Amino acid sequence: MTNIGSKLTLSFQTFRSHRLRSFLTMLGIIIGVTTVIAILSLIEGLNRTVAEQVQSIGSDLIFLQKFSWVQTGHRDLDKLAGRPDLLPDDAEVITKLSSVEIAIPQISRQLRKLKYKDNEVSNSSVAGSDENYSWVNNYVVESGRDFSRDDVLHRRAVGIIGSYIATNLFPDETAVGKDLYLNGHRVKIIGVFKEKGTFLGNSLDDYILIPYTVFEKFFPIPRGSLWSRVYGGYSISIKAKDGMKIEETIDQVRELMRRRHGLGFDEDDDFELNTQQILMDLYQSITNVGFIAIIAIAAISLVVGGIGIMNIMLVSVAERTREIGIRKAVGASNNNILAQFLIESIVLALVGGLIGIVFGMLLAWLISAVSPLKASVSFWMILLGFGFSASVGIFFGIYPARRAASLNPIEALRYE
Amino acid sequence: MKKKTDSICRAVDIAKTYWLGKVAVEALRGVSLDIERNDYVSIMGASGSGKSTLVHILSCLDTPTSGKYYLENTLVSKYSDEELAKIRNKFFGFIFQSFSLLPRLSALDNVALPLIYRNVSKHERIAKAKEIIDSVGLADRMYHRPNELSGGECQRVAIARALVNDPKVIYADEPTGNLDSKTGAEIMEIFDRLVDEGNTVVMVTHDMNVAAHARRTVKLRDGQIIDD
Ligand SMILES: Nc1ncnc2c1ncn2[C@@H]1O[C@H](COP(=O)(O)OP(=O)(O)O)[C@@H](O)[C@H]1O
Ligand SMILES: [Mg+2]
Repeated sequence: MTNIGSKLTLSFQTFRSHRLRSFLTMLGIIIGVTTVIAILSLIEGLNRTVAEQVQSIGSDLIFLQKFSWVQTGHRDLDKLAGRPDLLPDDAEVITKLSSVEIAIPQISRQLRKLKYKDNEVSNSSVAGSDENYSWVNNYVVESGRDFSRDDVLHRRAVGIIGSYIATNLFPDETAVGKDLYLNGHRVKIIGVFKEKGTFLGNSLDDYILIPYTVFEKFFPIPRGSLWSRVYGGYSISIKAKDGMKIEETIDQVRELMRRRHGLGFDEDDDFELNTQQILMDLYQSITNVGFIAIIAIAAISLVVGGIGIMNIMLVSVAERTREIGIRKAVGASNNNILAQFLIESIVLALVGGLIGIVFGMLLAWLISAVSPLKASVSFWMILLGFGFSASVGIFFGIYPARRAASLNPIEALRYE
Repeated sequence: MKKKTDSICRAVDIAKTYWLGKVAVEALRGVSLDIERNDYVSIMGASGSGKSTLVHILSCLDTPTSGKYYLENTLVSKYSDEELAKIRNKFFGFIFQSFSLLPRLSALDNVALPLIYRNVSKHERIAKAKEIIDSVGLADRMYHRPNELSGGECQRVAIARALVNDPKVIYADEPTGNLDSKTGAEIMEIFDRLVDEGNTVVMVTHDMNVAAHARRTVKLRDGQIIDD
């Protein structure tokens, strides 16, 4: 190869003499790369947020429930409602499995209103569980105390409230020691949970926890509606042993539950084992649609930008026919000419790509500044932007460059 | 029989036919020609007699339809485009009627152009081009672009470009055709000097005064040599 440096200088000279034309040519690539970079970095930002959130569930937790978190196709409520209820007894037996650290029952209900003196909160929820709840779910009791085994066994009407309820019902007094009325039943507050933030947009601090034994008494499970038979009952939260493969725990639990439900080997499970992975998979499959959209945008702008480049390069070859003739006459080989024009189209595409990368980053930054979305540009996107535009330059530059290279020097020299 | 050793270019029974659709134009019909070291040849003939075509084939810009062409006793008439490009670069210098300089490059860069295709380093290219451009008397014009130079100056740049590769033969196709007689005479002085210095020059002209500079005149008519 002849001196790449001098060829690059040459292609930049060409741009300088046709600035506007070159810019218009690059527009397709600029728009394409801008959109791709902006969308990719927004998706990447969203990925991070969601991954953080979902991982906050805890990768060692399995939720044994009647329903699956992820529904593919039509949800057959009748079938789900017919499944056997999951009960605190199940949790007790599951806890004994070798791969399980602990399993606890959890149940919850929406509360219309919670009142204390003049203050009230609406749409909070009440949850029932046992003394291991805060450990399994990573909650911290900030003031007061956690449940004891006795609270659960002796059905003591005690409760721990989330920080949201604490600040709204007890703005200027301590909550611990006060009484609240749930469904007409008095519950004494013994503790307040430390603030936990939000999960997928829902507050995690807007509820009151009471022993499940008390919950059963205060909130008898309504047997009526299909909905409450599916979603109103217990779910069992299972914490796998440290250092244990979660799949192993899942297998053990599944086997145990199948036995407890007396399922034959040809029958399907009549329960579901949900993990954070299921949510991640679901999210992945949603964003994959986004990626396909990007690929479509990229492909369209690639073709548009590429045709622009091919067009301008063909014009350039025609305009410079005589130059090609002269170069060939003094010894430029077909490959020299090919390289000259190919480098020119690659440089053209790369400059467009560079502008697109800068615009895309600016756009992503702008969107994160004015919207709740958080953009996150990573290095691979920049590489992708360059790779993308370089390929456009090569692919759409090769035909004009070939054409230039194959010109007959005599014909080219005659050309005026 | 000619002495093999001193012949640089030897064309044997060269024919060139152009096809315009179904019509054959026989530009050359059996031309045989020897060019020896330090020859000073002028090729004359009426317009359309095949002078340019002959020079193009002799300088490997084009290939003959039939016949054999030897360079220093090597048959090159069947060489590929790539090989011919190398040969043009190594063996020949060209001067065309219409100067044929690259408009965006300075005189100096135009002169250095053939060296780019020889992988000569930039530093050496510039040094060599400066030396040559000085020898045609354009040292003070080397950073000018062709559109800032007169016709005679452009043609001197073209001569410098033809010389920069130390060619074995310099081909010129009507080098004074676009110049007034005074400037043309100046250009011819340069050719005379080049031959005196041992170069080999082949030029096409239809000007008797120009042809008079040459030691040997080849006359073409209808694609055939009628006098040598
Ligand atoms: N590329 C070409 N295609 C068709 N005919 C050509 C071509 N080049 C030259 N000719 C024809 O070949 C003949 C010789 O042309 P040329 O060598 O240019 O003559 P000269 O240089 O003596 O004027 C002319 O009749 C010309 O029309
Ligand atoms: Mg001619």
